[in-house]
Amino acid sequence: MSVSGPRRAGTRHRARRTPLTWVRGGGLTTVLFLLPMLFVFAAFSWYPIVRTVLMSLQHTNLVQAPTWVGLQNFREVLQDPLLPIAVKNTLEFALLALIFGYPIPLAAAVLMSEVRKRGGIYSALAYLPVVIPPVVAVLLWKTFYDASSTGVFNSVLARIGLGPYPWLQSPHMAMPSLVLESTWANAGATVIIYLAALTAVNPELYEAAAVDGASLWRKVWHITLPQLRTILLVTLILQIIATAQVFLEPYLFTSGGPNNSTLTVLLLIYNYAFGNSLGGDYGKATALSLMLAVVLALFSLAYLRATRSWSTK
Amino acid sequence: MRRRRRTPTAVRTGGLVTTADWRRPGVRFGLGSTQALLLIALVVFGLGPLLWLAKSAITPTNDTISHPMAFFPHGFAWSNLTQAWTNVDVGRYFWNTIVIAIGSWLVQIVVATTGGFALSVLRPRYGGVIMGFLYVTLFVPVVVLLVPLYIEIVHPPLIHHTFIDSYWAIWLPAGASAFNVVLVKRFFDNLPREVFEAARIDGASPFRLFWSVALPMSKPILGVVSVFAVLASWKDFLWPLLVLTNPDKQPLSVRLPTIQSQTELGVFLAALFIACIVPIVAFLVFQRSFLRGSGLGGAIKG
Repeated sequence: MSVSGPRRAGTRHRARRTPLTWVRGGGLTTVLFLLPMLFVFAAFSWYPIVRTVLMSLQHTNLVQAPTWVGLQNFREVLQDPLLPIAVKNTLEFALLALIFGYPIPLAAAVLMSEVRKRGGIYSALAYLPVVIPPVVAVLLWKTFYDASSTGVFNSVLARIGLGPYPWLQSPHMAMPSLVLESTWANAGATVIIYLAALTAVNPELYEAAAVDGASLWRKVWHITLPQLRTILLVTLILQIIATAQVFLEPYLFTSGGPNNSTLTVLLLIYNYAFGNSLGGDYGKATALSLMLAVVLALFSLAYLRATRSWSTK
Repeated sequence: MRRRRRTPTAVRTGGLVTTADWRRPGVRFGLGSTQALLLIALVVFGLGPLLWLAKSAITPTNDTISHPMAFFPHGFAWSNLTQAWTNVDVGRYFWNTIVIAIGSWLVQIVVATTGGFALSVLRPRYGGVIMGFLYVTLFVPVVVLLVPLYIEIVHPPLIHHTFIDSYWAIWLPAGASAFNVVLVKRFFDNLPREVFEAARIDGASPFRLFWSVALPMSKPILGVVSVFAVLASWKDFLWPLLVLTNPDKQPLSVRLPTIQSQTELGVFLAALFIACIVPIVAFLVFQRSFLRGSGLGGAIKG
């Protein structure tokens, strides 16, 4: 992870640094190589980041010149009655996604790592939904969630005497339905991360435990899980960061409905900026995205610490 | 990262279940049946929805609506596929998707290889500063960029020409992926430095070092970057939705919600099916790169 090590290519003479020696020493060539990267990052990453901060303090509508309004955008966002709803829904999504999507991939990965023949089939099957374009997955599940009694899920559940359920049309069932689809679409990626981590567990630990006569469960509990604890923390933080930015599911499934029950923070940002055909409120949109970014940055810092200790272990 | 200190054995497993464990009938039966159940669950839940989609793509709309779980009660409707391809113009949107994916891939490869090469092999004094700025972007969620990027595309600074409805609006921002640059730079860092020094002593210019030494050795990492670049572009929805307003230029993912509201169910499901064929086939062919990249994903993705 070292950014620039103490070792320097000692071939260059740095006695007198003039522009000419700089060019001869390959300085210009290096800049040429860096140019594509510097251009795209300056134009499409660094500049927009700075611009977000500026825009959050401005009133902009693309037609008139922007005016400085101080913290007014932040105040307006914080006073918006939709904000608590969006925050609550986002937290609900994140929490449900953890309950659905955290233990199952772990259990599946532990089982899969012990498959003796054709383990590749397991990981291929688990990863398959991940490669499906998210729009396709959402629209397919929207068909499944058809609330009529001949909907796909309702007709399957009817065979065991359940339903019909309203799915996306009920304010109570809509959010869990979204999470279910999202778990289906993403769990495979987590399984693969766990599988990679499991192969890095030193088999000698298991052998030592076997010599001591430890049972399978004790080995899982006392060796596998402790050995995975950093990667478990990493996937936890990654999942929180991802679910805090959930957009596609509420946008395509329900447009935030019914009754704002699936309105998430990102959907609210989208609605501020692009939801109004008369012109977006870019100030409020950038103010809210900055607030979200600060919260996520805290999780990212935790993530950085976790990967640091993980890579130096 | 990849420590493999494993004694060569016939079976490659995680090592949790030792051969001695495996010989015990209880373990063997319990573990074997749990694994069989897992396989069934994976087939039903992982593959099931896709098999249903494949079936419904060639089933008449009325049958899918009234008996979604029945197997072809009144025969096939291959016309769904041809109708989707021609009448609903899926063919055109499919082509748009490919053009967008290729452009994004090319920009990402150029940026990541030249940038990674300069930072890792040429090592300018200010490289650390650049790396710092790259790392910062890993911690900025994409949503922060959405609005200013959009405005930049509508009213670019310096140039008085909007990039709305231009594929450059998608291709160029795709290149700004610090994840790619870091991945390639780390790969170059781990190559033996003697190779570069030897080539340099033989009088190879940096361009030659890049083209004839670094690139040929970096095929594995370029495979990972490529797979993810193409896949991400194939999956993208919100950004193309914002910057491509002309339906004739939009990729499939952006068009699908509209197709749903404008056509009958059977044709729509056929369109969905067509949209997942390429990613699925690509996955089956390049499975190794996919899974390796996904395992790496836990290491530095931010």
